[in-house]
Amino acid sequence: MSTKVETATRAGTAVGLPLERVDAGEKLRGQARFTGDLDVGRMLHGKVMRSPLPHARIVSLDASRAERLAGVVCVLTGRDLLDLPSPLYGHALKDRPIVAIDRVRFAGEPVAVVAAEDEATAEAALALIDVEYEELPAAVTIEEALAPDAPLLHEGPQRAGLFHGLGELGEREGNVCYRYHIDRGEIEAAFAHADVVVEGEYTFPAVYQYALETHTVIAEHRPDEITVWASCQHPFLVRAELADLFGLPLHRVRLIVPYLGGGFGSKSYTKMEPITVAVARKAGRPVRIRNRVDEAMLTTRRHGLRCRMRTSATAEGRLLGREVELWLDTGAYADNGPRVTATGGDAAPGPYRWAAYRVDAACVYTNTSPSGSYRAFGATHVQWIGESQVDEVARRCGLDPLELRRQNLCVTGEELRAGGKPLDADLIGDVEKVAEAIGWGRPRQRWRGRGLSVGLLAAGAHPVSNATVRLESDGIAVVLVGTTEKGQGARTVMAQIAAEELGLPLERVRVQGADTRYTPYDRSTGASRSTTLAGLAVQRAARDVRDQLARIAGSDPDPDEYVALMRRHFGFAGGELIGVGEVRPRGTGSYAEGPVFWEVCVGAAEVEIDPETGVVTVLRTATVADVGRAINPKLVERQDEGATLQGIGNALFEEMLWIDGQLANGDLLEYRIPTLRDMPAEMTCIVVENGDGPGPYGAKGCGEGALAAIPAAIVNALADAGVPMTELPLTPERVWRRIRELEKEATGG
Amino acid sequence: MEIELIVNGRPVAARLEPQQLLLDFLRDDLGLTGTKRSCDVQVCGACTVLLDGLPVSSCCTLAVEAHGRDVLTIEGLAERDEFAAIERAFARHAAVQCGYCTPGLVLTIHALLAEGALATEDGIRRNLAGNLCRCTGYKAIVEAVRELAGTGNP
Repeated sequence: MSTKVETATRAGTAVGLPLERVDAGEKLRGQARFTGDLDVGRMLHGKVMRSPLPHARIVSLDASRAERLAGVVCVLTGRDLLDLPSPLYGHALKDRPIVAIDRVRFAGEPVAVVAAEDEATAEAALALIDVEYEELPAAVTIEEALAPDAPLLHEGPQRAGLFHGLGELGEREGNVCYRYHIDRGEIEAAFAHADVVVEGEYTFPAVYQYALETHTVIAEHRPDEITVWASCQHPFLVRAELADLFGLPLHRVRLIVPYLGGGFGSKSYTKMEPITVAVARKAGRPVRIRNRVDEAMLTTRRHGLRCRMRTSATAEGRLLGREVELWLDTGAYADNGPRVTATGGDAAPGPYRWAAYRVDAACVYTNTSPSGSYRAFGATHVQWIGESQVDEVARRCGLDPLELRRQNLCVTGEELRAGGKPLDADLIGDVEKVAEAIGWGRPRQRWRGRGLSVGLLAAGAHPVSNATVRLESDGIAVVLVGTTEKGQGARTVMAQIAAEELGLPLERVRVQGADTRYTPYDRSTGASRSTTLAGLAVQRAARDVRDQLARIAGSDPDPDEYVALMRRHFGFAGGELIGVGEVRPRGTGSYAEGPVFWEVCVGAAEVEIDPETGVVTVLRTATVADVGRAINPKLVERQDEGATLQGIGNALFEEMLWIDGQLANGDLLEYRIPTLRDMPAEMTCIVVENGDGPGPYGAKGCGEGALAAIPAAIVNALADAGVPMTELPLTPERVWRRIRELEKEATGG
Repeated sequence: MEIELIVNGRPVAARLEPQQLLLDFLRDDLGLTGTKRSCDVQVCGACTVLLDGLPVSSCCTLAVEAHGRDVLTIEGLAERDEFAAIERAFARHAAVQCGYCTPGLVLTIHALLAEGALATEDGIRRNLAGNLCRCTGYKAIVEAVRELAGTGNP
């Protein structure tokens, strides 16, 4: 790679190239440090005692026997929270106690934490804690929670969290913690004049994200300072919640985030940090809590969903109206449920030119483990439903599903949601590409089918990111950015952007992980926002450094001259040039003006069904990564491939199951995720670069869309093969039963 | 109990509790944190080390079972000459994302390549199905393995 590039012709030194990841060597050699690899001095180990019941009042709790066990330092219980301003947290709704106070609302809720010199002692001490419960009636399904006589999980007025961001809080309404409503056009008319109406009821299961590294937190609490090392995606939001809970100013709470062993949303917002800080506060020593997989599954998951939807069209296949009711099971605490509900509501109509649509979405408390974010939330929940109805319209109208989409999809610049961001992508071009990739229109064998799907995901979250670039006197640029590296390649992409702007080779750029004491603010790492927003902040910071160099030199300098220029500027071999970059909303930042961009969720699949066993095999998939501009095309493809496999898992077999309020498949022996055997023989990712993103060089985010698109494409492929399905996952049993039902219907039996 | 074993080519003697897992012994007693813990039930492969050259899940192996035997962890493999090719292939194909499954996967691949168990597409699918990766979608890993086995385009 050249280091001598003129500013005007610098494009191509780093951006747009499939460069190797900057962290590959460290990770391959086992040198990369994750939170669980750290040992801070005098560190204790915490183990969480969890409720055995889905809903109960805690009558008494006696930890004295546990506290007397040799090696135990302390036991945290709800009584230890009484001196806090409020023991409740939750970024959307403050509804969750750090540890149960007088009541438990799901089987698995933390009731106490033992801190001991080693993990085995802490674990042994859990059996010595005596808790007496008075069991309460539980509502473990959406239906039970919405019943008129349902037990209420939460009472009293709702309290907004620090990052509620969803408008006015309404009156509490039974077990519904949030409602999202869209009403556009004359919905009754759109159905009254329709030739074709497709309707159905649908179910999507609760799913476990399974980041291989489970939630791990080390916390140290000193009287006026909290330090936390955590496997968290959003360190600045966690910092704010901890500061609020423990009554400290922001700068007295420090979050340090090493490499994350995967996230996929499971480490977004606040998870195990408050409980770890609380036990460290009581112990007076640093404490580490590391979830096992069974505990991680009880910490956060994807919302299960019930949906009723209908779609109307003319006989010629012009889509008219869509009416959607959604109920999302958020578990015992809201976590990110309100946002997931709104995003699902936004995704439900699909990017079509409707005469009218109406969406009613409700986020419902149940006595099960809390649900939060999981990659492509909302869109994954509903895209398969809406797209299966679009295909059914095509079948009834005798139209090719691709042709029907060509006629009805919105085009670039068209409004999607009143007052919101218009469509910023070429969806028709995108769906044509994936159709071609899987051989759309070619003859196919019996029990094989092909499916397409198109959708959009509101991406970017709140657009606030800061970044700093420090050019050191040895000519190495250090990028300080709050984005967390969870495997997506953020450090590589940020390094490429800074390298491009400064004309430096990648090895002369270093990206530091998030440490809130030193790294500038970044709202979060999620919602496909990092390249677009944090990347833009890095680009601006690097440009700021370049501008300073140009002022010092009196002209645009050659990167080889940076060291000499700085020496001249500071008068000795020291000093540094500091560039700052800021990204903030253009308007008020309200969600209604958004999103930052629409992430494209376009995919296609070809499947084969074994009619004797019901086993579905995904033969080939294609996805579009419509990224505006690929900063690193190789990493873009890898994002889509990973999301594709997760989509196959979500569609075909992943499902958390509860029996009597107990998670019945709470470990990886009984909860299966895709292995290499599940990889389709052909998996194509098409990178589309139309330069239409709001990020650096016209980039926009990726990595989630394929997860929403693939289950939808698979469901449509099954219907194409003659087996329409309305319930996920598509387990062999479900598919087999459906085939038998269809056979009976066909023979009139 | 007292055990003696070879870890990454060096003799190690230790006193430990009979119930201690090999995973904890390597990570906590020897500081070899490249070996990762995830599922605890021998499903995910993240804790894979080579015991006398064969892949085992160190989360389900007692440390005392390694007495008198030879243990190779990622830190040891990374010192060997053969590692360079694996590192190049994985980096070139971007077969590393979060990196948490990577050490166990690399050790498994190293052992299976030597056996010739990854020479065919079917061999790759069957023999690497015990190493879970939630990031890559596996395609990049397969490309890297094909290159290492000499069966694919580099």
